[in-house]
Amino acid sequence: MFRSPRGIANWLDPASTLGIMAVAVALLMIGGHFDLSAGVMTGTTALTVGIVAGEFEQSIWLGIAIALAVALAVGFLNGWLVTRTGLPSFIITLGTFLMLQGINLGLTKFFTGTVTAGGIARAPGYDLAEAVFASRITLGAAQIRIAVLWWVLATVLASYVLLRTRFGNWIFATGGDDVAARNVGVPAQRTTIVLFLTTATAAWFVGTTLAVRLTNVQANTGIGQELIYIVAAVIGGCLLTGGFGSAVGASLGALIFGMTQLGIVYLNWNADWFYFFLGAMLLLAVLANRLVRRYAEAARR
Amino acid sequence: MTDPGMRGAVTRGGGAVPLLELRGVGKSFGPVIALDDISTSVRAGEVTCVLGDNGAGKSTLIKVLSGVHRPDRGELLLDGQPVTFGAPRDALDAGIATVYQDLAMIPLMAIWRNFFLGSEPTTGWGPFRRFDRAAAKETTRRELAAMGIDIRDPDQPVGTLSGGERQSVAIARAVHLGARVLILDEPTSALGVRQAGVVLRYIARARDRGLGVVFITHNPHHAHPVGDRFLLLNRGRSLGHYAKDDVTREGLTRLMAGGAELDQLAHELERPEPG
Repeated sequence: MFRSPRGIANWLDPASTLGIMAVAVALLMIGGHFDLSAGVMTGTTALTVGIVAGEFEQSIWLGIAIALAVALAVGFLNGWLVTRTGLPSFIITLGTFLMLQGINLGLTKFFTGTVTAGGIARAPGYDLAEAVFASRITLGAAQIRIAVLWWVLATVLASYVLLRTRFGNWIFATGGDDVAARNVGVPAQRTTIVLFLTTATAAWFVGTTLAVRLTNVQANTGIGQELIYIVAAVIGGCLLTGGFGSAVGASLGALIFGMTQLGIVYLNWNADWFYFFLGAMLLLAVLANRLVRRYAEAARR
Repeated sequence: MTDPGMRGAVTRGGGAVPLLELRGVGKSFGPVIALDDISTSVRAGEVTCVLGDNGAGKSTLIKVLSGVHRPDRGELLLDGQPVTFGAPRDALDAGIATVYQDLAMIPLMAIWRNFFLGSEPTTGWGPFRRFDRAAAKETTRRELAAMGIDIRDPDQPVGTLSGGERQSVAIARAVHLGARVLILDEPTSALGVRQAGVVLRYIARARDRGLGVVFITHNPHHAHPVGDRFLLLNRGRSLGHYAKDDVTREGLTRLMAGGAELDQLAHELERPEPG
């Protein structure tokens, strides 16, 4: 079952939305920062789509556009505060994370009177949005969600930027040593802000996908996911201290996550133990990274 | 302009107009005078050494030269014309490159990525403009070879290089990126004798390629063999400005330690007379 085309489509599904986020979060981590607000931001954007399209019965595309503006504003605020104050991004995004969590619940209740924003499927423009964000592609015997395609595209694009462009060089440099980078003329602050805008854009994309798929969004959507993104990036080889990692690695981390999550179900194991396995994998990955890097550096001496 | 250093320059350097000249430069931070009335010049193909103990004002002087600080008094002349640098980028664009002591390189990045950091060559156009990796690797290998630096593999991370090799790569980078004036902040201070010798050789090579070098150090033994003129600093003031012919290595050491102070110290450290 697990290796059947349908099985593969099943475990690719959770891996895909996670993977899109993990790739963006990996770029930010290579650039030396964390974004703890990334998870709840998928909820904020999904709720924005839900409230504009469901509650106010506007075109879903207007909702999607407003959600993008909201995400970019939060991403810019994160990046601006981090570069302006020099405080750890961990603390600053923890602040925006908690604020967004409150806003999500407060505004959803204010507009809908409940803790969900629904009725998205009735909004004008839904059919096209569904085709873009939530359709399925038939591949042989399996139907694969289109998010898998977007995930592959995001991985390819991020790898290209990271390894083949000037901006990619600046990401590594800013995360490796931002003072040294600035001394040789790298716009480190701009790089950091663009990276926060990237995670915000990814959160908008995933949030929109959730809203279009589920057509009914809970106010607590996305909470707790921010750590899963970081786990996927670290399993994929990103250093917590910045300056090292890859987009492909983060995608593999997301893939391993999806396989474990559904593998436990297919094995008929108790799914309660999932987080135990996730934690053990994270520890193993960190230890393996350390060994491999030491070996690689020693061998080159 | 009556001090001996200036006269020495005309006979040795050839070029009448210095690349970079300081005239009576001063800088204060609140009530603290970090630099006061400093004058010196940097000429093409010459090494100007700035010597001083900790807190002498060497780092403030670097920051004035590299555009981090603006001087409060005096003026900075580039090719004989007064200039003001608003930001490090302005100094870089004017061909003044600074190699900082520890902050020259990103250890986890490959040598060729470091070499072009901030000045990456690109190929293609519009959204397809990308980092020209092949050219970057090839140029890195060639430029390092031209400076006599033997690097096995430009793909290896800079963190695997020794301290002297790192400084040397940083110097080669500045030379390649078109620096006319190279400011070196204590490039030899953290190094052993052999490694320091390697770096001094690259300083001489950069000089021979026609760059003006500002070599900042607290070690007269490193400064004297390679320097053409020497500016001694103490507590932000100039202790003197000498051409190479006017001062010996021992003279420099004595001047740096404040002459009489060194005699006093030697006296204090003498063993007490027995009995």
